[in-house]
Amino acid sequence: MEPIVVAKNLTKSYTKGLRALDNVSLKVNQGKVLVVMGPSGSGKSTLIRTFNGLETFDKGELNILGIKVDSTHDERKIQKIRRRVGMVFQQFNLFPHLSILENITLAPVHVQKRRQIEAEEYGMYLLSQMGIDSHAKKYPSQLSGGEQQRVAIARALALKPELLLFDEPTSALDPERINEVLDAMRRLAEQGMTMVVVTHEIGFAKDVSDQVLFMDSGKVIETSPPNIFFSNAKHERSRKFLNQLDKH
Amino acid sequence: MKINQKIFLQFGICIIFFGLIGILINNLTINLIRTGLGFNFSWLFKPASFALAEHPLPYTSSDSYAWALFIGWLNSLKVIVSSLILATLLGTLIGFARTGKNSLLGLISAGYITTIRQTPLLLQLMFWYFVGFLGLKDNMFIQIKNIFNISNQGIEFSGLIFSSEFLALLLGLSIFTSAYIAEVIRGGILSVGRGQWEAFRSLGLSERKGLIRIILPQALPAIIPGLTSQYLNLAKNSTLAIAVGYSDIYAINDTIINQTGRAIECFIILLVSFLLLNLLITNTMEIINRLILKSRKNI
Repeated sequence: MEPIVVAKNLTKSYTKGLRALDNVSLKVNQGKVLVVMGPSGSGKSTLIRTFNGLETFDKGELNILGIKVDSTHDERKIQKIRRRVGMVFQQFNLFPHLSILENITLAPVHVQKRRQIEAEEYGMYLLSQMGIDSHAKKYPSQLSGGEQQRVAIARALALKPELLLFDEPTSALDPERINEVLDAMRRLAEQGMTMVVVTHEIGFAKDVSDQVLFMDSGKVIETSPPNIFFSNAKHERSRKFLNQLDKH
Repeated sequence: MKINQKIFLQFGICIIFFGLIGILINNLTINLIRTGLGFNFSWLFKPASFALAEHPLPYTSSDSYAWALFIGWLNSLKVIVSSLILATLLGTLIGFARTGKNSLLGLISAGYITTIRQTPLLLQLMFWYFVGFLGLKDNMFIQIKNIFNISNQGIEFSGLIFSSEFLALLLGLSIFTSAYIAEVIRGGILSVGRGQWEAFRSLGLSERKGLIRIILPQALPAIIPGLTSQYLNLAKNSTLAIAVGYSDIYAINDTIINQTGRAIECFIILLVSFLLLNLLITNTMEIINRLILKSRKNI
């Protein structure tokens, strides 16, 4: 089976010699869900942002959907990747001056050159999948955090991506709003979407992920299936982190 | 006690204020009587008896002062409106280049902004007039099939003739103002959060499309007030036309004062015309601002 994401020895240093990424290698196969965990500042956000070119790296090699990128950060290749990879952010980042439906149809119309009516039909279908089609004409600020994040997922799905990246999608939400977003993500995983998810949600990682990748100080500490990672993590550092999470 | 003190203070301020105005009016009256001119506007309808190099409407030296002033006002309006458009286009492009990803363009535009902002406008106008246009040869310098001609007489473009004076002023004002507008645009762009950039980039939108469709609409509320004050400055700076010999309202006023000695009346006319012009600019921008805010009421 063709792997969707292959990273080889990704390294990114900041000026003071600090390493945001330190020889990171990983592989995600089609239809699989990789959860990335780690303390804040461990480089997990930086890592998934390299997958669609929002972050550059200094050394190593990336292969996303068969498109190879290296440290030269070839804009044309990155543009090709972005058309096939969706991303959901911690702060939603919806466009506040556009209506919910306009947020979703923007990329299909202006990047894929689809007809407006066709993009709107598909946008409405995605919104109904997310259970928020009644909000189509509203603006982002009129929606709750959980609803906004579901719009963001629909927006990422509008380009019919082959890979979805989630950067702490529930960290900015009220606790009672987290599940509506996680449920939407669960359904996507069940439909066979390939996903890389940076999250602290242990329940989601246990139920949905195929692999858990644990990072600290820019390094991959371990990559294990969730049943092993959460009950019997290989590394002392991972166990320490999980103990800290449990206390919350 | 305290209230009494306040009333006393305000009363005192009123006396000083009206006292000062009284002194000014008194001075004025004494001087008008001394020169034997009196205060009236009837001279406006006498023949101006001076020629104007540039007149968008028919004008001869036998026309009245009032008509000459109106021609001056039209000339002012012509250079202000065209500089305003050119400065906005130029400033927006440079502002984009300054904030864009291309580091060479960023460096060039930063250099442009620094150079333009740190030299006096008068110097720049002189430069464009004496070096830029009068420095050209009097026979046609560049000719493209008689459609586009540049010489020290100005530019001729398919029948339309722009004088060197007008062009020097247009270029000088536009380039000077564009450097300030570029900084206003940059400030507005920087006021939009990084997340918005990441969101449009991750959707595969190009930098240009993202800037126009996502960033600029959100930057406008931060841009409009700064833009308004740059437009007002441009309108006021246009009076430097006199330095390059362009017949704007200020230059024509100056000639009339020299001929008639009607300084008070002329300055009142000048004051009112600039007040009206700037009120027009301010109100237009206010309407645009309100339209933007209205379209953003949901944010």
